[in-house]
Amino acid sequence: MSETKQPVNPTPSEFMDDPVLQNRSRTREFFKKFFQRKTAVVAGCFILFLVIIAIIGPSIAPYDPAAYDYSAIRSGPTAQHLMGTDEFGRDVFSRLLAGARLSLGSALAAVIVGAALGTILGILAGYYGGILEALVMRSSDVLFAMPDILLCIAIVAIIGPGLINVIIAVTVFTIPSFARIMRSATLSVKGSLYVEVARSLGCPDSRILIKHIFPGTVQSMIVNFTMRIGSAILAASSLSFLGFGADVSAPEWGAMLSSGRNYIGVADHLILFPGLIIFLTVLAFNLFGDGLRDTLDPKVK
Amino acid sequence: MGRYFVKRVLSTIPLLLVISILIFAFIHLIPGDPVRKMLPKEATQEEYEQLKEELGFNDPLPIQYINYMKDLFRGDFGESYKSGLPISEIFPARLQATLALTLWGIVWSVILGTLIGIVSAVKRGKVLDYVGMVIATSGISVPSFWLGLMLIQIFSVQLGWLPTGQLDSWKGYILPSITMGCSIMGTLARYSRSSMLETMQEDYVRTARAKGQRESLVVLRHAFRNSLVQVVTVVGLQIGGLLAGSVLVETVFSIPGLGRLMVDSINFRDYKVIQALLMFFALEYIVINLIVDLLYGVLNPKIRYD
Repeated sequence: MSETKQPVNPTPSEFMDDPVLQNRSRTREFFKKFFQRKTAVVAGCFILFLVIIAIIGPSIAPYDPAAYDYSAIRSGPTAQHLMGTDEFGRDVFSRLLAGARLSLGSALAAVIVGAALGTILGILAGYYGGILEALVMRSSDVLFAMPDILLCIAIVAIIGPGLINVIIAVTVFTIPSFARIMRSATLSVKGSLYVEVARSLGCPDSRILIKHIFPGTVQSMIVNFTMRIGSAILAASSLSFLGFGADVSAPEWGAMLSSGRNYIGVADHLILFPGLIIFLTVLAFNLFGDGLRDTLDPKVK
Repeated sequence: MGRYFVKRVLSTIPLLLVISILIFAFIHLIPGDPVRKMLPKEATQEEYEQLKEELGFNDPLPIQYINYMKDLFRGDFGESYKSGLPISEIFPARLQATLALTLWGIVWSVILGTLIGIVSAVKRGKVLDYVGMVIATSGISVPSFWLGLMLIQIFSVQLGWLPTGQLDSWKGYILPSITMGCSIMGTLARYSRSSMLETMQEDYVRTARAKGQRESLVVLRHAFRNSLVQVVTVVGLQIGGLLAGSVLVETVFSIPGLGRLMVDSINFRDYKVIQALLMFFALEYIVINLIVDLLYGVLNPKIRYD
């Protein structure tokens, strides 16, 4: 392997520092370790399956998720309607398939935006310190001084109900967790030798931040990212359940549960299936995140 | 320690101030005119202006804020637009319901969560560990509003064993408090497991074993006692969020607590109540976190503050 590269005077440490070789073996080692964690692998497969459903869901649904069928109102699970029908005769299974896009999509959108903003703020705060750091960290403190769900409710109370507003609310409560984690990750990378070398060679800050600091912090970001998706799905569906989120007629999972709630004891399947799918989705993201964390961070047993 | 104590308590004051300003400012940004809502439809413009003046809405926001805070310190939270009652009269009964629920939720979840954590740590890698962690992770992942509905469906509707949320007897507390405590149980089980695994590797545990002490004593007296610090921290941090989590549980079980009041007030745009509730929840959360922080120092003398 070393012959292909032929560096001048390859000392062992220089060889180890070669980012290409290091990355390749690291990735391989990561997958080897990760695949030993059966639950995390199963969870990962389930997530992949959900993502596929979210993309192609509406087109494989056996019925139109919005079509009323007054001849089959609140019928239990049958061969025609796998998970029964709701109070308007709409097929629950088709609605769940179509809703994957809404529920998963809104949580994902919120976490992606929140993670991006939080990461940028956290890295800048950690790297530059000073007023910027104080400002970012104190603002995080303020946001952290409110419980997650309450912060979401407060934001939705102010800007009004609706799915977009729920996404904004979840984004806001996602930012501080990333800002904090990325700041401390940046602080630990900042002191390392290769950053110092880059700086002494006259590398511009932007290059140091993107090429040297960010890759060193990306592990912490990925782990927090997976963990946060679970809580974002819970928060978004909670808000929809309370009536502050998606429109009641939309096949969003939390909203389906909210309208199904009126038929408790009459049509149990309207509660069982939407809730079960939320539960399994959150569980899958949490298990997957656990597996990632255990693989990436050997300190945790 | 004394100096840290004072410093930590003092540091919450600016935080509280900023949060109260934020809540106040945000509430006034809510679209919709509360004065118009309070008046009957046939009210004249004159009456509207008069009421607006009376309520102090014509003052600049900073003055309104200062007046509001002054009233707050006198125990006057303002009046509910919806019912016309002073908020300080609505609060106590509601708070009592929420607190009782939260308390029972904490009691069962702390006991069960710690137990699962200990057993999982002792039986590490065995079936029991696996089962324990499946229960714990499920507890964290289950949406509380769904769990509540399923419990009602099974135990109230189908089996008819338990009421759905009338709090007049102890039976009424069972289902809501199970729903409420689930996520704490899960979090606690996971934390106490990893904390136990760490302490089980300490020298003093090995020493205790080497002395020939019984395994149960080693686990409980040496390992568990020392992992308690972490457990207390987690419980504290979770309790802070629990009161706010009552929003969902109280909605599912139709319990007239603070959480239910919050949802109703948002639906009616009852600003003063929303404002008072947000202030209360934030204050409660900050104070509990402060207590946990200080307790942490007392429980763990190894920690040095400077």
